[in-house]
Amino acid sequence: MLIVENLKARIGEKEILNGINLRVNAGEVHAIMGPNGSGKSTLASVLAGREEYEVTGGQVLFDDKNLLDLAPDIRACEGIFLAFQYPVEIPGVSTVNFMKTALNKIRAHRGQPALDAVAFLQLMKEKMKLVEIDQSLLSRSLNEGFSGGEKKRNEIFQMAMIEPKLSILDETDSGLDIDALRIVANGVNKLRTKNNATIVVTHYQRLLEYIVPDFVHVLYKGRIVKSGGKELALELESKGYDWIKNEMATA
Amino acid sequence: MAKDNQVLEEFTSKDYEHGWAVNLETEESPKGLNEEIIRFISSKKQEPLWLLEWRLKAFQHWQKMEEPKWSNVTYPKINYQDIIYYSAPKQKVKPSNLSEVDPELIKTFEKLGISLTEQKRLTGVAVDAVIDSVSVATTFKDKLKELGIIFCSFSEAVREHPELVKKYLGSVVPMNDNYFAALNSAVFSDGSFCYIPKGVRCPMELSTYFRINAANTGQFERTLIVADESSYVSYLEGCTAPMRDENQLHAAVVELYAMDDAEIKYSTVQNWYPGDKNGKGGIYNFVTKRGLCFGDHSKISWTQVETGSAITWKYPSCVLKGDYSMGEFYSVAVTNNFQQADTGTKMIHIGKNTRSRIVSKGISAGKSQNSYRGQVRIMKRAVNSRNFSQCDSLLMGDQCGAHTFPYIDVENNTSKVEHEATTSKIGEDQIFYCLQRGIDEEAAVALIVNGYAKEVLNQLPMEFAVEAQKLLALTLEGSVG
Ligand SMILES: Nc1ncnc2c1ncn2[C@@H]1O[C@H](COP(=O)(O)OP(=O)(O)OP(=O)(O)O)[C@@H](O)[C@H]1O
Ligand SMILES: [Mg+2]
Repeated sequence: MLIVENLKARIGEKEILNGINLRVNAGEVHAIMGPNGSGKSTLASVLAGREEYEVTGGQVLFDDKNLLDLAPDIRACEGIFLAFQYPVEIPGVSTVNFMKTALNKIRAHRGQPALDAVAFLQLMKEKMKLVEIDQSLLSRSLNEGFSGGEKKRNEIFQMAMIEPKLSILDETDSGLDIDALRIVANGVNKLRTKNNATIVVTHYQRLLEYIVPDFVHVLYKGRIVKSGGKELALELESKGYDWIKNEMATA
Repeated sequence: MAKDNQVLEEFTSKDYEHGWAVNLETEESPKGLNEEIIRFISSKKQEPLWLLEWRLKAFQHWQKMEEPKWSNVTYPKINYQDIIYYSAPKQKVKPSNLSEVDPELIKTFEKLGISLTEQKRLTGVAVDAVIDSVSVATTFKDKLKELGIIFCSFSEAVREHPELVKKYLGSVVPMNDNYFAALNSAVFSDGSFCYIPKGVRCPMELSTYFRINAANTGQFERTLIVADESSYVSYLEGCTAPMRDENQLHAAVVELYAMDDAEIKYSTVQNWYPGDKNGKGGIYNFVTKRGLCFGDHSKISWTQVETGSAITWKYPSCVLKGDYSMGEFYSVAVTNNFQQADTGTKMIHIGKNTRSRIVSKGISAGKSQNSYRGQVRIMKRAVNSRNFSQCDSLLMGDQCGAHTFPYIDVENNTSKVEHEATTSKIGEDQIFYCLQRGIDEEAAVALIVNGYAKEVLNQLPMEFAVEAQKLLALTLEGSVG
């Protein structure tokens, strides 16, 4: 589904991604871990098409399309979803209204007719249950005054509404209390099919107990320096990153 | 950022949709302004002598007055002798009902999306249509008449209800109130008049559409709305003009008069031609709008969505004379390209326990300048009065300007005034967030701007709120920053 080859990107003069290689197949869950500032969010942003980052090398294929040639909104319509580490506030626009606009744009892109109000509400009700989110939150201005956890839960609600092919969750677990973590993880699991895939960016093993990854990658200084199965996350949890840093230094 | 500027420079603000002119046969006065012209206008309209004298007096005042210089707008000097002050579409006979109105005129309004044929009209909206200087048709008259509501052109009101016109004309905006009001008083040609009798709730929206068509013509309409005790009326004003290279002058006066327990809601969707991308042409809009809450417990509410005009100079105000009376001002003013807007309100608290509320949302894009200017004055007598003001500015790009000039003056110590102001930019983060959900850039801007202006748009009657939302999006098309 997603093939990232030797992807390099920078912002201003600063090189952040220094040759990323990653292959994600349909049905898989990949976890990306790594120290603060190693480039995890940058990778997510570059895949989503944020223009501040200049791609200086490599290529990305998404369903055999050259992803880097597509505008960000088209990437979203084609099935890439990013749950933001820091979701932004849009005053005066409710999540309901926002989702209606988004969903109908995506449907139009797919050649589907717009959902009428009844069908939309029906869908919303169903997805609200999935992430146990309250209707009152969805009628408020998007993310405005939401607690950290509410913002994250709202991101997963949006993901449930949109049903993307590839979801990238950037530290969705941070800010969630223990119950919310379980609810959100359950939601993500229920949305898993053999046709979609998930990339989970996280610092903590705990999330990966709920969303069990097929692969774990360690990103360090803009490169994936180590990949393994879910046991790699456990190893990192007990040993920390120094172990990897040392390995890099001696290599 | 470099990227911003690039996008901004690609400015492709969509062409003004109503920019066509019609070939209507018109009857015009010669260019220029003097007593002769005023007599000409007055005689064309077969006015009574008192009105001619009123006009002439206003003209004398005007000649002694100076064009105001205090607002934050700049424009080349207006040559008042180069303007045609009277232009009327030629009608063979005075229409006594719609079937006698020139079909060409009806077509003009249909092109604007305003059907004058009553059957086809949105239910619940009565329309008075003013083209160039003359009211051409008023719909739903008979239905309103049953309730004792008078809704007609100003000229007709002068003929049919002279006692009402004489009593209230100039009672809220005196003829010498300011330079442009004096000019209007001297040369006004038509407009709408409305009277709601005691205890009557007007069952439909009343609406006037103004259109400037002829070249080199100024439009000087007057609107007078009188709401008698315990009555209610909601009124909507819309306007368009063709695209012309020269600037055209528009100087209107609106007077609202509310008696005890009466309520007037006045909404405007202003879409005069704003000029082209390079700042050529467009309407100079110098308007005086004022409401008098004369009676106790009366209420006047102004809502405006200002998207058009090269220059907007406009301060819909409320004089809160009656005890417990209330004034409101809700405004969205959008400027793009080279537009300049200096707009706001005045709330003058005279009666006891009076309340006022101001919500102003400015949106500037391109190289435009957008100023909020507002005065809140609480006089000594106005004990226990309250004002709340919220003035927000939204900037798109870094070549535009937003300015706020609040003047607050409280003369007693039992009253309370609150003022809040914010300035924000449409964030790239916000746009990217929308893009990432599949919403394209234009739609993202429309969504964000409409969200920002929501509190004001919510005040508009339903069918016009939708129109206003589209208009906002249209005005800002291509202005992503
Ligand atoms: N807009 C920017 N301007 C300048 N530097 C940036 C910008 N965005 C990211 N960087 C830098 O790029 C590096 C990688 O940042 P990134 O946000 O991708 O890290 P991360 O791995 O997601 O970290 P964290 O675990 O803290 O979320 C950091 O050093 C950061 O300061
Ligand atoms: Mg990050």
